Amino acid sequence: MTIYIPTPLRAFAGGHAAIELNATTISGALDILTQEHPELRKHLFTGEGKIRAFVNLYLNDEDVRYLPAKEATAVAATDTLSIIPSIAGGASHPTT
Amino acid sequence: MGTVTETDALPELTTDDLARYSRHLILPEVGMEGQRRLKAARVLCVGTGGLGSPLAFYLAAAGVGTLGLVDFDVVDASNLQRQIIHSTKDIGRKKLDSAEEKLIALNPALNVVKHETMLTSANALEILKDYDIVADGTDNFPTRYLVNDACVLLGKPNVYGSIFRFEGQASVFATETGPCYRCLYPEPPPPGLVPSCAEGGVLGILPGLVGIIQATEVIKLILGKGESLAGRLLLVDALNMRFRELKLRKNPECPVCGPNPTVTKLIDYQQFCGIVPETAQEKNVKNGIPQLTVKELKQRMDAGEEVFILDVREPFEYQIANIGGKLVPMNDVPQRLAEIDREREVIVQCKSGGRSQKIAEFLKQAGFPRVVNLAGGILAWSDQIDPKVPKY
Repeated sequence: MTIYIPTPLRAFAGGHAAIELNATTISGALDILTQEHPELRKHLFTGEGKIRAFVNLYLNDEDVRYLPAKEATAVAATDTLSIIPSIAGGASHPTT
Repeated sequence: MGTVTETDALPELTTDDLARYSRHLILPEVGMEGQRRLKAARVLCVGTGGLGSPLAFYLAAAGVGTLGLVDFDVVDASNLQRQIIHSTKDIGRKKLDSAEEKLIALNPALNVVKHETMLTSANALEILKDYDIVADGTDNFPTRYLVNDACVLLGKPNVYGSIFRFEGQASVFATETGPCYRCLYPEPPPPGLVPSCAEGGVLGILPGLVGIIQATEVIKLILGKGESLAGRLLLVDALNMRFRELKLRKNPECPVCGPNPTVTKLIDYQQFCGIVPETAQEKNVKNGIPQLTVKELKQRMDAGEEVFILDVREPFEYQIANIGGKLVPMNDVPQRLAEIDREREVIVQCKSGGRSQKIAEFLKQAGFPRVVNLAGGILAWSDQIDPKVPKY
């Protein structure tokens, strides 16, 4: 399957915009992803291993939160998993 | 939505209007009635920056009768790469005045309402209530949540656009049946985890692309035509020029727009986003790192002290501007510790003080006894000490 990495997180995924991997479920895919790129883990998961509330995961065009099996949903090679980040840019005031 | 729906109550078009909007009038989806709806419409643009510039421009051109603008900023040279409503001659001028001038030049019949303020929980409902549609072109999470909640509470559609580097998002939130921003993002990311455009950069054209998508959605809502982005999130990847869309659902447990809301009035959004006001004590020492101001640094340099500044920005930033520090980019610091003298005080510096704080904390952990952070970075140096040092 293909996992799309959003711009703000690419620095923690070796600069990749998309990563191809073989997995049977969504959580399996995330495990492989964060094993290959350990720095991503803290951006995606809480200390207790739950997906952070501000991270949205989409399997194809569906929100994983609304899939009956959620992260245990089976995935196929043709599926795409998108990580949708919160971004706030728009105007110009430097915030730091 | 508060748009005038009774055709009889819509304003008549003048002879000038008929000439100006002739290309609209011959479109069956707009026509006389649609153009009169546009004339009657009142749209609020929150922010007249990257997104607000094309948004306000096109709404003015299309014949929207009243445009409210919220901004309290002044035009800076670094804005002009994308904020096309402002010109070089406007540098230093209030954005509201600059924007109003361009909009009126384009369409003298337009009614511009200027709100020279920061949108806050105290004034948002009062400002938003007079408009039919709100277009959110802000640049920070607290204002995003504030605009969303105010729109839900007032029942006004929130036409959303957001950008980062080469990536954009657009949707329409808070329609009668559709999801709101909090259905998608129940919680904001903790401060510092997501870089701002000022830190991360943004392709100048991208807000043009996304702002015009917002303008299109505003016009469609006014006309009541087409299929709006409500219930869909449009993702724009400008680098690969791919547009994708995702389904958005109304969250039955949404604290604002769900059936059992827990947020029934505006809250403290700075606090909600984890932004706490700094006390004087925290300003001087942050996470155990003393904060040096640019004025203090200048005084020490003027007194003849040989200071050691560690510049942790990227080489291309150093090329644009530097204050004579030793360049070791942030990510290289762990491998190049041997190049940093442990016996000396290390003044860590970056663009605005964020990255240097992280490296200062890292060096302290690595056993460097005297590490300080240059608060505000080279931008503060340019602002307060030497304006000849270019800002970027």
